[in-house]
Amino acid sequence: MKDEFKALPNIVTPAHPVIFDEAVCTGCNACVENCVMDIFIPNPEKGKPPIILYPDECYYDGLCVYNCPLWRQGAIRLNHPLNQRVRWKRKETGEHFRIGSPNPPPPNNRPPVGGWQAKSG
Amino acid sequence: MPGWNEYVQITGNIPNWPYSVNYGKEHEINCDVLVLGGGIAGCWAAIGAARKGARAVIVEKSVTRTSGAGGSGVDHWHAAVTNPACKISPEEFALAVIEDNHGYRCGISQYITCRESYDCLLELEEMGVKIRDSEDEFKGAEFRDEATKLLFAYDYTAKYCIRVWGSNTKPSLYRECRRLGVQIFDHIMVTSLLNEDGQPGRKVIGATGLHTRTGEFYVFRGKATILCMFLPQRQWIFSTELKGLCTTHRPPNSSGDGHAMAWKAGALFTAVERSRQGTGGPYGYPQYGVGNTWNTWYACTMVDATGKEIPWIDRDGKILKTVSERYRPAPGQKFFLSDMAREYKYRGPTLQPDWRERARKGEYVLPIYADIPSLPPLERKALWGLMIAQEARTLIPIYWTYNQAGFDPDKDMLQYYDGSWMGMGPPQWRDYADGGGLVVDWDLRTSLEGLYAAGGQIFASGDHAYAACTGRYAGRKAAEYAAGVSISELNRRQIEAEKARIYAPVRRKNGMDWKELNAGVCRIMQDYCSELKNEELLNLGLKWLAELEEGEMKTAYARNPHELGRMMEVFNIATVARMIFEGCRARKATNPYLGFIRTDYPQVDPPEWRKWITIRLDGNEVKTGDMPLDYYGDLSKNYAEHAPK
Repeated sequence: MKDEFKALPNIVTPAHPVIFDEAVCTGCNACVENCVMDIFIPNPEKGKPPIILYPDECYYDGLCVYNCPLWRQGAIRLNHPLNQRVRWKRKETGEHFRIGSPNPPPPNNRPPVGGWQAKSG
Repeated sequence: MPGWNEYVQITGNIPNWPYSVNYGKEHEINCDVLVLGGGIAGCWAAIGAARKGARAVIVEKSVTRTSGAGGSGVDHWHAAVTNPACKISPEEFALAVIEDNHGYRCGISQYITCRESYDCLLELEEMGVKIRDSEDEFKGAEFRDEATKLLFAYDYTAKYCIRVWGSNTKPSLYRECRRLGVQIFDHIMVTSLLNEDGQPGRKVIGATGLHTRTGEFYVFRGKATILCMFLPQRQWIFSTELKGLCTTHRPPNSSGDGHAMAWKAGALFTAVERSRQGTGGPYGYPQYGVGNTWNTWYACTMVDATGKEIPWIDRDGKILKTVSERYRPAPGQKFFLSDMAREYKYRGPTLQPDWRERARKGEYVLPIYADIPSLPPLERKALWGLMIAQEARTLIPIYWTYNQAGFDPDKDMLQYYDGSWMGMGPPQWRDYADGGGLVVDWDLRTSLEGLYAAGGQIFASGDHAYAACTGRYAGRKAAEYAAGVSISELNRRQIEAEKARIYAPVRRKNGMDWKELNAGVCRIMQDYCSELKNEELLNLGLKWLAELEEGEMKTAYARNPHELGRMMEVFNIATVARMIFEGCRARKATNPYLGFIRTDYPQVDPPEWRKWITIRLDGNEVKTGDMPLDYYGDLSKNYAEHAPK
């Protein structure tokens, strides 16, 4: 029983600036190569999501997500720390929600004006 | 979700460093124009130089495709006064900005921006960035110019600021650099400038770099060098515990590297005493991610918990009855300066400024919300569907993430928090703001031959459009210069001294890590270079800084090239701290336009101190000087004489 408990330091927080879906992520490492703070390293096991080595250096600009070929399928999503989750009020019903609500309203899937990759011409 | 902890727990292994490390292994790269920093200014500088036929190189600490303050987007393009719909001239706009800052602006870079901002935008359009409503999504909107299909922000009468689809700006600039044959070196932190004969103060002939994955050493030789790095960000506030490193408005890896290396190379600086009331930093919210009325959110309707509207007022305090009036100059006013004007002459509409005091008396009930659903449909669509989707750090962090969590701008009111997304900090928490930087001439050349500056490197700098314009201009001027000179010989002694300096932390077996050191420097800034300054405080600050440099910093410890890069950043933060202390000592007068209070010299901006205070390093001595506020002379005449052909 004693051996099951390891002496570990505290977890560096916020620990999970992004969340990978292992079922969708192909381990292509596009996020590793586009991160401006270089917080990821490739997973030693090919095909697996990268390891978040420096979560405390995350700049939360979302460029790892935007440059993932499978972001809209959920391979990687930005995960605002608990203290960062903003709240809102639905005007007609008076209901209150927040980012990460246990019972969220349905997602709003409307693309931005001009689409996800707006271009000139 | 593999965080490092989960990986170790699941596999039982600590992962190996994935890149082969070779500290000190040297590479040498030669070019005509060496661009240091690959953000907005740097990419435009390289493009400007390459189009003139120069062999251009970009050295970027991070990833050129995505890095910099404009790396994740831009939603409104400032100072586009030469667009066909605009009602004011470049001279009018530049002089207004200078006057609104009581002369404490750089006329050169300000005027270049006013002249070339719209040209840059048209070039971006050619590179693939969408700048007009060609699909008529906003047909009939009062912020749309029907002839050009451009959409405007802020002042719908003067039309100088253009709403754009800029989230792909950086990849587009990157592609253009590649198309033009610009050589790009990513993950290399530039650590120092090289001077002719290894003598600071002499001509700049290149730079050294550290690869932050492999630890290898780079020597770049350029006929001309352009510093394109950003303003120091981690100078007063440093904490990673609450929201990682997104505690600064601009990228947190902007650690004043360019400032520090140019200082050590002997270049002339000014306005480094400037700072402003800090923000909540670590206690803020995601950027642009709370209900508010500023910047991208201008001019949203705000309501209290009972649905009572907080009115917008004009510059005379008159309540504006319609949303439309919030985007119009006051009667008799030709134009207003976005939402940032100080002076009555240029001030625009604003949310009732004393609403918080009124809330204290019970007039409004907290919490306050941004009532996006009540906005006219095309304003709502422009705010959430266009601007929140395109501004820096918004497309994924706000637009996608909030929408996926169920937020609907047609139905939902986003909460406002005190201090908005930046939070509210104590007065000790300062911000370097758009403060000090390199003194430049009409070629955007610094005081050193061969060294040019753009974007945040120039004193009293500006925003995205400003970085683009000054980068493009400096690139062309540097290329013109480089065409007439030959490459200089390196000084080996200067290179060896730099190698000894930068690799010291990886040769130690233990010591102090970069985070503790960064916070330690910040504490000195908070305690001795804060809101209220005096000679005693500033001298004490320098004493403690020197003690830290000679003590704890000599135990600096890094375990891999990434940590070593961060440690080099902290070394630069300490150097910039020294520069700020010296700049603050040199100005012996209080100056609200520089956010500068000297309690021992309380007279406010007296005539004899209405000038730029300059500092530079000469050997081990700091030389101070001054120059007239309008040292740049006649704007249009000098521009006509100097603008690159």
